[in-house]
Amino acid sequence: MYRADTIAAISTPQGEGGIGIIRISGPHSLTILQQLFRIIPNGGFTSHRFYYGEIVQPATAMVHDEALVVYMQSPRSFTREDVVEIHCHGGTVILQQILRLVLAQGARLADPGEFTRRAFLNGRIDLLQAESVIDLIRAKTEASVALAQHQRDGSVSGRLHDLQQLLRQLLALIEAYVDFPDEDLGETDGSVLQDLQSSALALARELIAGYREGKVLRDGISVLIAGKPNVGKSSLLNTLLREKRAIVTSIPGTTRDLIEEVVSLRGVPVTLLDTAGICQSDDPVEQEGIRMAQERIPTADLILFLLDSSRPFDADDGVVAEALSGRNVLIVTNKSDLPPLMVLPDALSDIPSVSISTTTGAGIEELKETVAEMFLRGGIPDSRELVLLSKARHRDAIARVEGSLLHFAEALSAGMSPEILALDIRDALEAIGQVTGETTPDDILDLIFGQFCIGK
Amino acid sequence: MIVYDKQYDVIVVGAGHAGCEAALAAARMGCSTLLLSINLDAVALMSCNPAIGGQAKGHIVREIDALGGEMAKNIDATGIQFRVLNTRKGPAVRASRAQADKQLYRLRMKSVLERQDNLDLKQAEVTALHLEHGAVAGVDTRAQVRFLGRTVVLTTGTFMRGLIHIGLINYPGGRAGDLPSIGLSDQLRSIGFSVGRLKTGTPARLDGRTIDFSRLEPQYGDDPPKPFSFSTDRIGRPQVPCYIAYTNEKSHEIIRSGLDRSPLYAGIIEGVGPRYCPSIEDKVMRFPDKERHQTFLEPEGADTVEYYPSGLSTSLPIDVQWAFYRSIAGLERVEIMRPAYAIEYDYVDPVQLHATLETKLVANLYHAGQINGTSGYEEAAGQGLMAGINAALRVKGEEGVVLGRNEAYIGVMIDDLITLGTREPYRMFTSRAEYRLLLREDNADLRLRDVGYRLGLVTGREYGAFTAKKEMIADEMERLRSRKMLLSETDRGFLEEFDLGGIQNALTFEQLLKRPDFTYAQLARLDATCAGVPEDVREQVEIQVKYKGYIDRQDEQVRRMARMESARIPTGFDYQAMTGLTAEVREKLDRFRPDTLGQASRIPGVTPAAIAVLSIALKVREEG
Repeated sequence: MYRADTIAAISTPQGEGGIGIIRISGPHSLTILQQLFRIIPNGGFTSHRFYYGEIVQPATAMVHDEALVVYMQSPRSFTREDVVEIHCHGGTVILQQILRLVLAQGARLADPGEFTRRAFLNGRIDLLQAESVIDLIRAKTEASVALAQHQRDGSVSGRLHDLQQLLRQLLALIEAYVDFPDEDLGETDGSVLQDLQSSALALARELIAGYREGKVLRDGISVLIAGKPNVGKSSLLNTLLREKRAIVTSIPGTTRDLIEEVVSLRGVPVTLLDTAGICQSDDPVEQEGIRMAQERIPTADLILFLLDSSRPFDADDGVVAEALSGRNVLIVTNKSDLPPLMVLPDALSDIPSVSISTTTGAGIEELKETVAEMFLRGGIPDSRELVLLSKARHRDAIARVEGSLLHFAEALSAGMSPEILALDIRDALEAIGQVTGETTPDDILDLIFGQFCIGK
Repeated sequence: MIVYDKQYDVIVVGAGHAGCEAALAAARMGCSTLLLSINLDAVALMSCNPAIGGQAKGHIVREIDALGGEMAKNIDATGIQFRVLNTRKGPAVRASRAQADKQLYRLRMKSVLERQDNLDLKQAEVTALHLEHGAVAGVDTRAQVRFLGRTVVLTTGTFMRGLIHIGLINYPGGRAGDLPSIGLSDQLRSIGFSVGRLKTGTPARLDGRTIDFSRLEPQYGDDPPKPFSFSTDRIGRPQVPCYIAYTNEKSHEIIRSGLDRSPLYAGIIEGVGPRYCPSIEDKVMRFPDKERHQTFLEPEGADTVEYYPSGLSTSLPIDVQWAFYRSIAGLERVEIMRPAYAIEYDYVDPVQLHATLETKLVANLYHAGQINGTSGYEEAAGQGLMAGINAALRVKGEEGVVLGRNEAYIGVMIDDLITLGTREPYRMFTSRAEYRLLLREDNADLRLRDVGYRLGLVTGREYGAFTAKKEMIADEMERLRSRKMLLSETDRGFLEEFDLGGIQNALTFEQLLKRPDFTYAQLARLDATCAGVPEDVREQVEIQVKYKGYIDRQDEQVRRMARMESARIPTGFDYQAMTGLTAEVREKLDRFRPDTLGQASRIPGVTPAAIAVLSIALKVREEG
């Protein structure tokens, strides 16, 4: 049998959907599940049975979501390996969080088509099916290559490149002293290594933060719905989602009152973020929600500033307006079915606006059209191409860079020998290489020969 | 053409460091072997620096020795200064280096060749391969003699169309004082080999009687000198120092003023030179801010006044050389005995080789050494050994031997050459080895002795010593694991010294040795049994215990790659028919024709996705 490590991925289409499935395949599938899943009521796992329980963060025992899980023992599974499927609520955020938990337990994010590839290699599916996998892999890669080129000018790729350069520089310095002991290179300067380490670490953390806030690799363009309480933000969200239904992605036990859904507006994939109402408040719980909402503002590509046109512009609206100043904003005045009482302050008069009613549906089409046009016109940073890149994969890789750099710093202050120090930097370079392309030892030698006069 | 009436199993063309190892390996494996050299007085001659080993190169020499090659024994017998480099760093990057008595080195090697059964040593210039049905069947010489051989190993060094440059003057030569090899590379090109041009250089040789050593800083070797070979007990020759000198601003000015007559800067030299071994004019021009460049004056032998000034190679005219070398403090009156020069030569693109070093175009033909674009005696010898082994195995009808990247620097080197090719003379560095912590000088025997013994290159006596050592290591490891420290036997002060004052009885010797600041020598103060453990066993045990975490980490990386390395791609695999690959990747794979999936994955431009597609296609083929 084909032997491999354990992989995991979200196996349901991203975006809408009542449930989402995370699939894990490989020898450690069951162990990982046992770390994360608390059965209600308690008991063992029998193959091919559904179990109801909770997904729990192992370290903090925090409950993430309720879920149904099924364990399929090898070889009676899709990949013929041990397979676990976690069926949980279908929102993007919750799925990403659970996937991250699974990856933290040692699984690796599956490559495009990898489940099918394993199924094929283990004799589970026939050649015809396998060929469609080849096409899939190729399609994804070619798109990624195109994307990589597209991204070259972007600030994200620029920073990735900077990070890679810092790591290479760090490795070159270390390797020079390993490989050229008899050269007249001067003394090794630990502080130079330390400086490079902290610059690289800061960059890695900035990148990770960027991913976390959704600035970098959102699934499409992110649109934040903001406004004071009770102006109809949830109604607008539900209207845009075309159906009124219970929000299933709220995360229990926290004040993170943030709802995230993906819709297609005129063919533009858009991630809608609904937030807690922003207002002046003394209630600590509400304040936390407001803080969360405000944190999201800088990360959104567009903000729909929702106002109630049936009431005058008040102090709470002013608080919102202030929070949104300097951002890409589209003013949406709701409740056009009621008599208009609102007069926009002069400061907001230059901002484009659309009038709607979530009750009658008036103006919704115009709103969609306006949002789509704003993107198609290209006036707003268009991150659609980034959809193809896996968020978790990149986060994973850069987190590895961060981990390696921290380990490196420890080893450096412990006075470890350079060939040991090099291990961590090589790991970091390998991780970043998975995002940006390749690194070969020759790159490092180029750097060494470029800056040290070497040779006998 | 006169056909010589003896059919050889293996014919080795060239008796440099690659050729000697190839011929000895083949003959020792029982093949009737012929070794041809343009000049039998130049067998195993050190054309450049009179030294063996150095960072990563020392590792290769130890590997050659573990496999049953000759280089380590030869330097042990003729070395006049031994030094272990990087002693303050970890065991993986410690490397041995030795100065050789250049003439003794070559004479001893010649004598080993002459005493070897199954081996004929003859002087001849090979001008062409004799081919039959697309396979090699022998060689033709300048004197119109045809030698018939089942396999041929080409180790042509710098000789094919060799061109020597001193200033703007140039003339054909394989090395100063030797004829070039003319005709062979033209034939290789006509067969379809991609033949390129490389350049290398060597400094002048200086007369020691005209050097003021009192003004130079001596550099002594280690005392006692540590041998290269696992079979050498001790180094017998008296040891001599090298001397350190420096160039200065005046030297650099002389170099700059002579550049108009530099063949390099005048564009006469077309071959690509090594970046790690630049000429002094390159160093001065590329690093204008550097106020001085260091040189080691290395003795060429115990019985000669000739000195080799390392790092000062040049192709500038002789009058500039006189002025330049004399500008160096201590060398004001120096006489040049042999001028510095650059040499250009033909090499064959190594991507046209299998991992066995057999060419993909001509069956039974093997290439080793500088013909593959490498530089360095050690790199050459490592390839020569593998080419000789594989030619002999071909004659015997057995599967070739390929060392993995996780097994040997020799494996890393050959894999780099065949998957990446090279545009400059390739030199080994430890940074080229991704499993560097596994590929140490100290464990070369543990990695490769078994291979050498199976091939018949390691004698029964040597192998017996090896298995005994292996057992002692296992026993000692077991003892350290099970033995616990008893406070009653220890001296309190000793423990305080290592911050272990508060420790209980529970610590095993292994746990103790794991501490970064605790050595085996200190353990020996605690436990009398240690005294009976031989030095090489102590060293091995200490490294294995201390670096276990790192070694395990690398072992894990090796395991992850193992599946790809063992997945073979059939010869003649039709990449063009694979629609799942981009045109660019198809073209790359068609050109390199990798033997395994692992090799394919290291070819620049072959993406992970292409490898995934390829692995599926191979699986389909296997099952279909």
